[in-house]
Amino acid sequence: MILLPCPWCGSRDAGEFSYGGELTPRPDPRTATREQWRNYLYLRDNVAGWTTERWYHRMGCRRYLTVRRNTVTNEVAAP
Amino acid sequence: MTALSDRVHLRNGHARPSRYSAFALLRHGVTGESWPLAWRTHEPRHSYDVVVVGGGVHGLATAYYLARNHGITNVAVVDKSYIGSGGSGRNTAILRSNYLTPDGVRFYDRSLTLYQRLAAELNYNVMFSRRGHLTLAHNDSSLRTMRWRAEVNKACGVDSEVIGPDDIKTLVPFMDTSTQTRYPILGALYHPPGGIIRHDAVVWGYARAADAMGVHVHQDTEVTGIDVEGGRVTGVRTNRGSIATNVVVNCAAGWATLVSDLAGVRLPVQTFPLQAAVTEPVRPFLDTVVVSGTLHVYVSQTDRGELVFGASVDPFASYSTRGSLEFVEGLASHVLQLMPSLSPLRLLRQWAGLCDMTPDFAPIMGHTAVEGFLVDVGWGTYGFKAGPVAGEAMAECIATGRTPELISAFGLRRFADGTLVGEKGAAAVGH
Repeated sequence: MILLPCPWCGSRDAGEFSYGGELTPRPDPRTATREQWRNYLYLRDNVAGWTTERWYHRMGCRRYLTVRRNTVTNEVAAP
Repeated sequence: MTALSDRVHLRNGHARPSRYSAFALLRHGVTGESWPLAWRTHEPRHSYDVVVVGGGVHGLATAYYLARNHGITNVAVVDKSYIGSGGSGRNTAILRSNYLTPDGVRFYDRSLTLYQRLAAELNYNVMFSRRGHLTLAHNDSSLRTMRWRAEVNKACGVDSEVIGPDDIKTLVPFMDTSTQTRYPILGALYHPPGGIIRHDAVVWGYARAADAMGVHVHQDTEVTGIDVEGGRVTGVRTNRGSIATNVVVNCAAGWATLVSDLAGVRLPVQTFPLQAAVTEPVRPFLDTVVVSGTLHVYVSQTDRGELVFGASVDPFASYSTRGSLEFVEGLASHVLQLMPSLSPLRLLRQWAGLCDMTPDFAPIMGHTAVEGFLVDVGWGTYGFKAGPVAGEAMAECIATGRTPELISAFGLRRFADGTLVGEKGAAAVGH
């Protein structure tokens, strides 16, 4: 079982959460070029190792949270 | 290492593996003579015309068709582990071409045609069993999509039709087609040309045939760097030394982004594990492939009698291939909804493979902004069935320098241009 650190509920089973993907800096929609926007939509680092992600506690308090996770070992650390 | 390849050479007694035949089988059976190794080991050369990264079905097929169709034999296939250690040896070996878009149907139908004659062509028994493929519809919208797919398939000359619960019951007597279930079966897309194959044999057959034409297969050879000078590939660095080359093909599947990062090419790919499992062997009772998108499960019975179960990808990105208990719990409940009588069966083992998922569930194939760096990635949950056609198309792409029409829709540029492929017939999409 993989436990994720919800700031409100404490450590909970990852099955209660929805995966929001790796954190990707969002360009300013007013000034971004079409290419920058599409890169933001589609390109990901897909790191094999420690990465910073967004998760949503869907079946709990419904908070969004930021998690540091190692994608090779699935270890989780506080952000 | 040189000594090892010399030994292999001596033990073989000849440079190339002999043909497999009934006569050879009889001769080896009578004399007790050991079989020659199916492919040789080599020291890496200092330079190759083409270096293929990834020794799965895509990489080996690319090398094979480069040699066979275009006479380019100074080719190396490098893999950081043993060949077929990734998705090629971990998929559920289902072949079909009943896709939704005409592009997808034509593409996978070509692959099925190549698979159909692969055993004779490679002189290797790949055990292709065309046993029919059923995609179940549990609600009106899936049934509508099935009808749509059937019409597109027929228009492309591919045999598919929508059948009702009675016909499904005839094909699969163990299926629960009653209307009192949580997800009653309303119908199915029946695709008679679909079937299963021995996936390891496909990998080994391509490796053996490519080796016989002079391709070098380097196992345990990890690419640690790709040299790019002035926007052109000049070589690759590996844990066994540097290799000069002007063409590198990325066929690394789940590890695709790690390889393309080395060349400075970013890909819209995320790596998700997909888990599968097999049961203990039982007497043959299931002679079609059964798929339910709604229940995220597919079932087939191997020639050994084991039931092979597959599912959709795990709910979060990872490079871990460890199985999870959540997966088998969900899988068992879904399988039993379809075939309740399977409840006494025990699972023998479960495993995971890595899927390189793209935003539009279509592959990325062809040239990139770096000259000489080609990709054949983004094969997600549908790569195995496409191995032969992808290899054939990539070989043509490399040999002629032009992108074949068959794969023109799959270029990397589509993400910058906003021309994504609308293929929702992929296994990961539950409808």
